[in-house]
Amino acid sequence: MDFLNASILLLNYIFVPALAYGSQLALGAIFVTLIYGILRFANFATGDMMSFGTMFTILFTWYFQSVGIGLGVLPTALLAIPFAVIFMIGYMLLIDKFVFKYYRFNKSPPVQLAMVSIGVMFVTQAVVRIIIGPSDRRFSDGEKFIIKAGEFKEMTGLNEGLAIKSTQVITILVTIILVSTLFWFLNKTKTGKSMRAYSDNEDLALLSGIDPKRIVMITWIIAGILATIGGALYGLDKSFKPFTYFNNMLPIFAAAIVGGIGNPFGAFLGGYVIAFSEILLTYAYKKFFMYVLPESMEPDGLIQLLSTDYKFAVSFSILVIVLLYRPSGIFKGKVL
Amino acid sequence: MRKNLNVIAAYSIMMGLIILVGIFQSWNIALSIFNLCLISAVMTMGANIQWGYAGLINFGIMGYTALGGLAAVIISVDPVQEAWSAGGYNILFSLFLIIGMVLSVRYVLKKYHKSKIRTYIIATIIISGIIIIRFVSEPGIEAIEEINPAKTGFLGGFGLPIVFSWVVGALFAGGLAFVIGKVALGLRADYLAIATLLISEIVIAIIKHEDWLTRGVKNVIGLKRPAPYEVNLQQTDWFINLVEKFNSGKLNLISDLTERQSALNQFVIEGSSVFVKLCYSGLFLVVVIILLILTQKALYSPWGRMMRAIRDNEEAANAMGKNVVKQHLLIFVLGSAIVGIAGAMLVTQDGLFTPGSYRPMRYTFLIWVMVIVGGSGNNFGAILGGFVVWFLWIEAAPIGLYLVNLTTAGLDDTHFLKVHLIESVPYFRFLMMGLGLLLIMRYRPKGILPEKIEIK
Repeated sequence: MDFLNASILLLNYIFVPALAYGSQLALGAIFVTLIYGILRFANFATGDMMSFGTMFTILFTWYFQSVGIGLGVLPTALLAIPFAVIFMIGYMLLIDKFVFKYYRFNKSPPVQLAMVSIGVMFVTQAVVRIIIGPSDRRFSDGEKFIIKAGEFKEMTGLNEGLAIKSTQVITILVTIILVSTLFWFLNKTKTGKSMRAYSDNEDLALLSGIDPKRIVMITWIIAGILATIGGALYGLDKSFKPFTYFNNMLPIFAAAIVGGIGNPFGAFLGGYVIAFSEILLTYAYKKFFMYVLPESMEPDGLIQLLSTDYKFAVSFSILVIVLLYRPSGIFKGKVL
Repeated sequence: MRKNLNVIAAYSIMMGLIILVGIFQSWNIALSIFNLCLISAVMTMGANIQWGYAGLINFGIMGYTALGGLAAVIISVDPVQEAWSAGGYNILFSLFLIIGMVLSVRYVLKKYHKSKIRTYIIATIIISGIIIIRFVSEPGIEAIEEINPAKTGFLGGFGLPIVFSWVVGALFAGGLAFVIGKVALGLRADYLAIATLLISEIVIAIIKHEDWLTRGVKNVIGLKRPAPYEVNLQQTDWFINLVEKFNSGKLNLISDLTERQSALNQFVIEGSSVFVKLCYSGLFLVVVIILLILTQKALYSPWGRMMRAIRDNEEAANAMGKNVVKQHLLIFVLGSAIVGIAGAMLVTQDGLFTPGSYRPMRYTFLIWVMVIVGGSGNNFGAILGGFVVWFLWIEAAPIGLYLVNLTTAGLDDTHFLKVHLIESVPYFRFLMMGLGLLLIMRYRPKGILPEKIEIK
């Protein structure tokens, strides 16, 4: 019984939240990695692009709510996401046309493109804050929990409750659907294969008649979809605040590099590596040991490896270690 | 003279703008903008050495700035005796343990060849070291943080004049840069950017949460000043006489004695804060000029030529027998040390240390915008960038407000769009910075004052 309690405890406080957080990071990391693999620069505007897409989702959600359209138990945002994605893709293509295209044509070094992306970051951040403001916003509606802690306790008769938020389940499901479609697209369709070829060796790909303009456009479209959905899911699960999104860029970068930058599957797993290590290392295991160990050996302290203040620092330290020992990432990077 | 005309013109326009602020807004605002422009100029010089001279991309400026600020705290705050006696030994012992750990890792690295066993040994040393250090330091940290947490709750510092911290800040930042450089300089440019950005976040996390050292988010306030205090100035005779002389024209117009006295008081209060700011400006100006002379000398020295050669073609420079790795490390340390000076200057000027205020937007990306806009590789350009960008950063809100009022003049004052736009005026600065950076990168990629190499 104690063992069951302990595992429910871990499930409730570590596994489910980490899985949801990891999915959100994974979507962002695939976004970073795609841009890096095909357009060949580190996109410092990642976090702000995600917040831009989320902003559209929120605006559409508000509109639908005011008209009275909803999805019942599901959050209205799910209905708003497709519309937001369309706007986001438009924004991405616009940015590419007016900003990035010039440097791509001139074959500028990646560092210059990264600098340009900082300019885009400033502008996007300003636009988001001017349109929707810098404050914290929650836009999740519908049924909040799938299983409530109290109900779970009653149902099973255990001491520990298991609470699963509907947003967590939605996050995980949407991520699975989106990521598997993406991998199917990249591996099975002709366009996807040409994208991989382009990422692998640009000159050879051009020689074999792949249209670079089309590849770039499709990359931005996929990036727009990933950014909007990733951002919207994070906002649904937690809350939307432009500053947090900017900060989220850092663990997303960590996830992309840990997984091997340029490698979407690596980025996908990298998201979970970062999320799980952040939560595993900063969780206080006192209660867990109280269940598992006999009473005489009960721990005094919190049994916390690191204080929660260092949550971000954990992912960055992992990144530094990976960069030192395996600069190409856990899964060999730079092969899309 | 003629070839420097654009430099002189750019600087005179900049000074003119600041003087205009002084005339139309107030001299207080103008001087505080000027002071922060000077500090920004020091930061951009640091970043410019790394990026402009050597092509090293360093997105960790925030971390070095914060370390410089930490140096200001450690140097100037009086030691908290009780805290030292409560937990000082534990902390010192942990410090020795850390040094021992590092030395033993180095010993293992030197003694054994690269193998799996070596990696495991090092991992064991580090992990067991961390566990032991936690056991040793924990009671000490708790004891320190328990002592008068509302006022101190930390170890304090050495109680020295705060100006020393400018040197110590440089040492701290340089030391950190040495470690980071050893680890990360082998990485490719964009990896290096990300790695330094993340490492600076780790530094901030540590400064924010190690309360025994920095008081963390509780902030350290009331640091010592190198300049006199306004309150004291307002009671010194020579200062009051000085203000009286300065404003004698205006004062003579007032015939009533009591009115005249109150007007004088007003002038003294205003004058005191201007005077204090002027003191800071003088100090900062000295630093900027010294650094400018040194960096200019370095740029045109054989060493500077070598750095440019390495920047422009690493392989060729390497083939010519230049030690690229060593020079990169050197310049990484030097540039970061300069940023550390700026960090200490910033805390000196503010008189308080607020770890929570260190954000990458303000302390890393903005500085980069300054370097790119001003002109990388050219010290005058970098300094000008610091001035221009900081000036715009501060004056963006008034300019934005003016623009909003202009464009929405036809709308009613209560119209929701106008109200919303006026509320979001503070964010126009981001828009301005971003557009400025994008335009400069597109149409003048070498910056306002581009790098020019004179062959003498």
